[in-house]
Amino acid sequence: MKPIRNVLDRVKPQFERGGRLERLYPLYEALDTFLYTPGEVTSQASHVRDSLDMKRMMGTVVVALIPCIVMAMWNTGYQANLALDQLDPEAAAASAAGWRDSVMQLLGVGYNPRSMLSNLLHGALYFIPVFLVCNMAGGFWEVLFGVVRKHEINEGFLVTGMLFPLTLPPTIPLWQVALGISFGVVFGKEVFGGTGRNFLNPALTARAYLYFAHPKFITGDTVWTAVDGYTAATPLGAQAIAPVQTGITAITGAEGLNFTWLQAFLGTIPGSMGETSTLACLLGAILLIATGIGSWRIMAGVLIGSMSLAALLNYLGSPTNPMFAMPAHWHLVVGGLAFGLVFMATDPVSASMTETGKWYYGALIGAMTILIRVINPAFPEGIMLAILFGNVFAPLIDYTVVQANIRRRLARNAA
Amino acid sequence: MEHYLSLLLKAVFVENLALAFFLGMCTFLAVSKNVKTAMGLSLAVVVIQTITVPANNLIYQHLLKEGALSWAGESFTSADLTFLGLISYIGVIAAMVQILEMALDRYFPALYNTLGIFLPLITVNCAILGGTLFMVERDYNFADSVVFGFGSGLGWALAICALAGIREKMKYSEVPEGLRGLGITFITVGLMALAFMSFSGIQL
Repeated sequence: MKPIRNVLDRVKPQFERGGRLERLYPLYEALDTFLYTPGEVTSQASHVRDSLDMKRMMGTVVVALIPCIVMAMWNTGYQANLALDQLDPEAAAASAAGWRDSVMQLLGVGYNPRSMLSNLLHGALYFIPVFLVCNMAGGFWEVLFGVVRKHEINEGFLVTGMLFPLTLPPTIPLWQVALGISFGVVFGKEVFGGTGRNFLNPALTARAYLYFAHPKFITGDTVWTAVDGYTAATPLGAQAIAPVQTGITAITGAEGLNFTWLQAFLGTIPGSMGETSTLACLLGAILLIATGIGSWRIMAGVLIGSMSLAALLNYLGSPTNPMFAMPAHWHLVVGGLAFGLVFMATDPVSASMTETGKWYYGALIGAMTILIRVINPAFPEGIMLAILFGNVFAPLIDYTVVQANIRRRLARNAA
Repeated sequence: MEHYLSLLLKAVFVENLALAFFLGMCTFLAVSKNVKTAMGLSLAVVVIQTITVPANNLIYQHLLKEGALSWAGESFTSADLTFLGLISYIGVIAAMVQILEMALDRYFPALYNTLGIFLPLITVNCAILGGTLFMVERDYNFADSVVFGFGSGLGWALAICALAGIREKMKYSEVPEGLRGLGITFITVGLMALAFMSFSGIQL
């Protein structure tokens, strides 16, 4: 690592005040602090004596996301290989043709859904481009705002740049990725002054923007598998249009999608790239809770809110709506509920700040998720909009909690 | 009962006056700087809306609607006075606001002073008139109009309180100079509406 340090130290004067590249200082600073622990100490007020800074916090989230990313690549490849496996060889070859096929050929890896390597590699060829475009486009805005407005470029974007690709279907066109992340970074975050000053989760703002502005690329049955013209419904999508009397056989039955609960838990089902595996999210959750980065109160709140409402609706039943038939433990493993619960709802900036508020905030999100899934026929999935909805009300929840506390203490001290 | 519940939920969330129809924007943007004032105004709007929509409903159903005057005698059965609608509704709203203003002045002077000019301005708040016009358009009966009046007022109130909460939090934001004030508020409201789209499409 010494040579990099030397290079950084050598070019540093160029970026400092009076140097030739003075304007690009945020860029230098970002690279330096990303690679090395910064040497400076806080110069202004508020000296919190804790080694937890933004860098470590965001770094931990990135580490917690690794299981999800690996799973995203593997499952994307697995779903695609599975689909190719079902086509006859000629059609499969025609469908697979393209630059990805050339890479696969070059490395001598076939399309075999039973091969770990083939699945991982095939999936990576879908995930990595989306990931790179997302980080380049989002990073461009981040750097532009950092340079023009002279604020530091923050590790926060690393997390946004990782979360956003994971919420997308594998077939998403790359220009869509760039457009979405641009909206998310600029309007979700930078117009408010950058990391820590926004009120909506930037990654979800980006996702919601794409969802409403370009639904063609992000909804329906053809987008979830990375094979041309191959239709594969997500469990939620299939259940929403199933006949009422059949329970959840649209998901579990042999004529339906034929998934078991364990399959859905492990994540070998179609869906957005990172959201399918509840197990991977659970591993991430353990790390986030153990390190204290993600609030367990929010996670528990979402879990309680969603599970209790799902159980209640399931108990009530409905003669017309097939979604009522879905039991609570299925709600947890299909769609993005687990992913949103662990990584999106716990975003420390856009969530409630007060400890009591976190419970209410979580429960609100959980209940809204189930409500949207079950009673809104327009959207089969609800966690994204539910979290945005929670973000909108988080400041008001905090206000109420703080006021209640003030009133309680006044009453106590009055006596 | 279920009918009224779904009407209420629809009025509060699905057809939120502020975030789905963007009605009442002038006060929505101007009085949302802090939660306390916003809550006071919310209360005023809910009260006014709950009174004026049913009151106007009575006027519409029994005086203005085509054939509504038949109780007055044979010769009125074909009378259609709907062209007098706007002026009558506004009149009712103005009178109600006036009464509320006097009541607040007498009993809650602090709130009266913070609301200032915006209290009389409720008279011309399009959310209030909008509520009445929706009632007329959908031909609600009296009970429906009470529920709808309360629900639509509550929805608007919820939205302005949420916006006020966000704007209080935004004191710590560092918005680009050109966007400070109303500019960023418009963007905020747009993003809030995006989150409220979770309700669009719900059939109740």
